Amino acid sequence: MTPYLIKGVSVVGAAPTDLLIRDGVVADAGAGLTAPDATVLDATGLVALPGLVDLHTHLREPGREDAETVESGSRAAALGGYTAVCAMANTSPVADTAGVVEQVWRLGREAGLVDVQPIGAVTVGLAGERLAELGAMADSAAQVRIFSDDGHCVADPKLMRRALEYVKAFDGIIAQHAEEPRLTEGAQMHEGEVSTRLGLIGWPAVAEEAIIARDVLLAEHVGSRLHVCHVSTAGSVEVLRQAKARGVRVTAEVTPHHLLLTDVKAETYDPVYKVNPPLRTASDIAALRAALVEGVIDVVATDHAPHAVEDKECEWAYARPGMLGLETALSIALDVLGPEWDLIAERMSRVPARIAGLDGHGVDPAPGVPANLTLVDPAARRVVEPAELASRSRNTPYARMTLPGRIVATFLRGEPTVLDGKAVK
Amino acid sequence: MIRHLLSGADPDLATATQILDTAAEMATVAGREVKKLPALRGRTVVNLFYEDSTRTRISFEAAAKRLSADVINFSAKGSSVAKGESLKDTALTLQAMGADAVVVRHPASGAPHRLAHWVDGSVVNAGDGTHEHPTQALLDAYTMRSRLGRLAGLHVAIVGDVLHSRVARSNVLLLSTLGAKVTLVGPPTLIPVDIAAALAPGTLVSYDLDAVLPNVDVVMMLRVQRERMNDSYFPSAREYARRYGLDGPRMRRLPDHAIVMHPGPMNRGMEITPEVADSPRSTIVEQVANGVSVRMAVLYLLLGGNNL
Repeated sequence: MTPYLIKGVSVVGAAPTDLLIRDGVVADAGAGLTAPDATVLDATGLVALPGLVDLHTHLREPGREDAETVESGSRAAALGGYTAVCAMANTSPVADTAGVVEQVWRLGREAGLVDVQPIGAVTVGLAGERLAELGAMADSAAQVRIFSDDGHCVADPKLMRRALEYVKAFDGIIAQHAEEPRLTEGAQMHEGEVSTRLGLIGWPAVAEEAIIARDVLLAEHVGSRLHVCHVSTAGSVEVLRQAKARGVRVTAEVTPHHLLLTDVKAETYDPVYKVNPPLRTASDIAALRAALVEGVIDVVATDHAPHAVEDKECEWAYARPGMLGLETALSIALDVLGPEWDLIAERMSRVPARIAGLDGHGVDPAPGVPANLTLVDPAARRVVEPAELASRSRNTPYARMTLPGRIVATFLRGEPTVLDGKAVK
Repeated sequence: MIRHLLSGADPDLATATQILDTAAEMATVAGREVKKLPALRGRTVVNLFYEDSTRTRISFEAAAKRLSADVINFSAKGSSVAKGESLKDTALTLQAMGADAVVVRHPASGAPHRLAHWVDGSVVNAGDGTHEHPTQALLDAYTMRSRLGRLAGLHVAIVGDVLHSRVARSNVLLLSTLGAKVTLVGPPTLIPVDIAAALAPGTLVSYDLDAVLPNVDVVMMLRVQRERMNDSYFPSAREYARRYGLDGPRMRRLPDHAIVMHPGPMNRGMEITPEVADSPRSTIVEQVANGVSVRMAVLYLLLGGNNL
């Protein structure tokens, strides 16, 4: 294993220093380090962050390897500065058994670019009818701790209560896709002025807020951990704020696209902007940004959702919802939050690692710590070119936008996965 | 002239007026023994219909044929569309066949906008999902102008299922351009959110048909699908008809000069009674005839015809 000496790097925004990476850990830190056997990286002007951790990634394997594989998604993640991703369960077959989660986990190990932590389905086949074998997935080699029917809401309140209770036995957490299905039948975009103009069926904010309100009460009642996926509305922020003030064990994530893009994008009828939950309004964005700074929202998670060209190059109503996120998330965070490195490390690495229980991730680079880190050039600007992305899919909503920041290098347990902005394998 | 006609908002006042004036000239052709002009000879118009709509399709077909265009009817049933061909591939096929104009009816809102990215010819939206139907709005405006002599300053009530109505959206947009005032009337469940901000500032909303009727020059009744009551938009067809249907006593609340319109097909006994539909105030049959003239004008102007 080649040692690396990173010279002149700002660790999470602090004064420049050197980091020596050896045998999978940060062996030493401080100004003026020397190591004759190490490869030297001049990191002047770069910022070191603990490797990013994504709580919400769709890797599409097994089932839709034409859209993404564990390997291609892992490469996209590493290029985005990630060292760990949590892979959602809505594959085909669904990750609702120990066998499937172990397969995904093993594929992640073979790719070796990020730690792939499978998420297990809450209900068999995501059908919302009966619990999947949550304990078997927890006890499997994949050691599943987060369970989610993401893409579908666990709408049945009794089933949601049971799931929340049941996973307490192994310190599990239910990650809810909050969407009251009866209020969103046929929904295509945010319900509001733009949906009225475009004649597209609206997805009202209350469909999300009503489920979050119910679920925080359920989590409070049974004393369980709840995580809310992709919060998208100002009203949801208020529900979460009140629940947290009461001490409910709830965490929440927001996606980069819900921090930046509004429902006005739908006016093109280009389904690259179709996503679930839908893009909302400028006032929702303002509330989500404030909540992220304040900590009412704990985490930025990508909801990276690759889709094949034919599933997007069609009529809006027939397109699949979802957008790419892994390779642009840090740039969006920088754009939205500015160079607030400690906040970015908190929301994109430390807190998500803690929620997912990923030991060795989400820890700032310091002597003795596993060398899971990424180097960012905050001065760089880049134009997003869909064809240049490592993902197998091209459905980025940021095509041809100029975004700040560039990932220069990423290390997973001391091994570079990205060097000079390029994946090493 | 605009290249496509996708929305009631596409023509500005001058263009909309030009279309209506041209339609008036086209209407004189219908009175001739030989109902045909050579204006679009050698041009190809494709009717691309993903929804059954015999009325609209034959109206466009008659319009194109009266202008001597070659007409290709491409319907979703029994074509490659039924085998799962994408809209894009269909568009590229039409493009390769040299379509000068594509008239598209589609159940998905925005499909004509997508199509316009993929073909070089003009795209005419003949109704997309619950979005728009701009030639219907043009023929409605033409009918109002013919009957009432003007458009600016008219007060038009559009009554019924505005939420799902492409006719209502296009009419609000076009009538706003033409200087008419619109009041949308229906049960609150069938009026979409933020409609004035979404379409045209100044658009009014009322839930009380009886209160609106004495103050309007035009009342346009929208078709209400009986299926909507299974989705709790209103309790029953009878209750809907009682509260929002136009019957004889209600019609007599209108000013003497006011006209009654309906885009068809009607549900007699639901949103309109036979007494009203068949009354002298009703323009329903005229609207059909005017539809051909207006669509002739649209095709003629989009395809660059200059001299009649």
